[in-house]
Amino acid sequence: MAEYSAWQVLKNAVTGNAGWRPAWRKPEPKPSYDVVIVGGGGHGLATAYYLAANHGFTNVAVCEKGWLGSGNIGRNTTIVRSNYLLEGNTPFYEHSMKLWENLSHELNYNVMFSQRGIINLCHTPAQMDEAARRGNAMRLFGVDARMVMPDELAKRVPGLDLSQNARFPVLGGLEQPRAGTARHDAVAWGYARAADRRGVDILENCEVIGFLRDGDRVTGVKTTRGEIRARKVAVCVAGSTGRVMKLAGIDRLPIESHVLQAFVSESLKPMIDTVVTFGGGHLYISQSDKGGLVFGGDIDGYNSYAQRGNLPIVEDVMSEVVALFPAAAKVRLLRSWGGIMDMTMDGSPIITTGPLPGMYLNCGWCYGGFKATPASGWCFAHTIARNEPHPLSAAFTLDRFHRGHVIDEKGQGSFPWRH
Amino acid sequence: MIITCPHCGPRDLAEFSYFGDATATRPDPSSTDQDAWNAYVYDRENPAGEHREYWQHSGGCRGFVIVTRNTLTHEISDIRLASGTQARRKRK
Repeated sequence: MAEYSAWQVLKNAVTGNAGWRPAWRKPEPKPSYDVVIVGGGGHGLATAYYLAANHGFTNVAVCEKGWLGSGNIGRNTTIVRSNYLLEGNTPFYEHSMKLWENLSHELNYNVMFSQRGIINLCHTPAQMDEAARRGNAMRLFGVDARMVMPDELAKRVPGLDLSQNARFPVLGGLEQPRAGTARHDAVAWGYARAADRRGVDILENCEVIGFLRDGDRVTGVKTTRGEIRARKVAVCVAGSTGRVMKLAGIDRLPIESHVLQAFVSESLKPMIDTVVTFGGGHLYISQSDKGGLVFGGDIDGYNSYAQRGNLPIVEDVMSEVVALFPAAAKVRLLRSWGGIMDMTMDGSPIITTGPLPGMYLNCGWCYGGFKATPASGWCFAHTIARNEPHPLSAAFTLDRFHRGHVIDEKGQGSFPWRH
Repeated sequence: MIITCPHCGPRDLAEFSYFGDATATRPDPSSTDQDAWNAYVYDRENPAGEHREYWQHSGGCRGFVIVTRNTLTHEISDIRLASGTQARRKRK
């Protein structure tokens, strides 16, 4: 398969673009593999790629129930950042950031990674203190962070309401300059192509409907395209974790599924060239390269598997957009969508061996899974290949809840709808 | 979503606060079984379908209700006052 390059673009430009080939094969499932990954989202595809690239596993299949990009990898607000506070989190997300910085080159696929920075706004002296503490913690871990003051914000984010009449006047903010956005579909396509080129079979329209068992041990999957045996089965299905794990007989996990809505406005001329988050409520907003404002807020706040939300949160999020950017009141909303988040009890993810022999589980990304895609795949591949956690994800094992070592970044305890 | 409060009648979702799974039962307070307490605090069944859950009519009468709701469709099939429900369950 051809490398993408400037030369290929030129050559195809003068030959009617007839030379392009599909980015990945459409193979028939083989009867058995070394590793079967359930779930062809960003994390599943990244796991397959790093299994092949870092650990030499090429006899790998990825089972995706729909088409690539149909799940949460295509249902987010594309933000990438590593502005965390706690020891279990920061090195992991910073590793992810470093992988993002070289991802287009590594995959030979333009994921349109744009380091436009993220600014978390503060509205009270206490929030300013907290931001300074977080910034210091980040810098101690080798992550970039700096405080920004209102005079700089006025230049950087022109539409922002910095007046004293605002409901929550802005006192300043914490910026991570290396944070930014990436094209979410391209991330899925790029990992799929790169994994496929190393021999990974990507099985689309192949829904897992059961697990093959030998006693306690998981020995493969039953799918809509037949039974597939595997030495190792890795489950990586984000919002469907509860449903898929029930097929394996695991009835209870420290997880609840919740819906998170996100929104895109009509295309506008450039008005926000960074990512802004609103500390007075909960809003994150950026502008896509096509010009639409891309934004989201809180989860709806009650268990849901419906990929649509309810109107109170829509109203809540819109009021926050208008509070920050009064000019946006006249902008029309283009579309909204809901994604299903597997919210954990402490708001941190789970990358673990088990819970059954022969099985590996990657879930619980709450609504922060997109930025973690590269490191999640990196660490999950290590966990699968070596049967032990990667040092960067060692704090994310499933038993942390029962050992009392939760990683509660927001300090809100065992209430997943508050994270 | 409209939730019909047994005291106040049908009201908008925005008047209510969510309080989570109503099927989780608290272990006996004198119990020192750590696994039971951990399971009560952290583990959830998380069904795709009928789900029994606590809501408070915090913008109205402030009463707690137990709602049976389908998590796939948001359809509500049963609403009752939460008071007395725990006691009734214990007597069984």
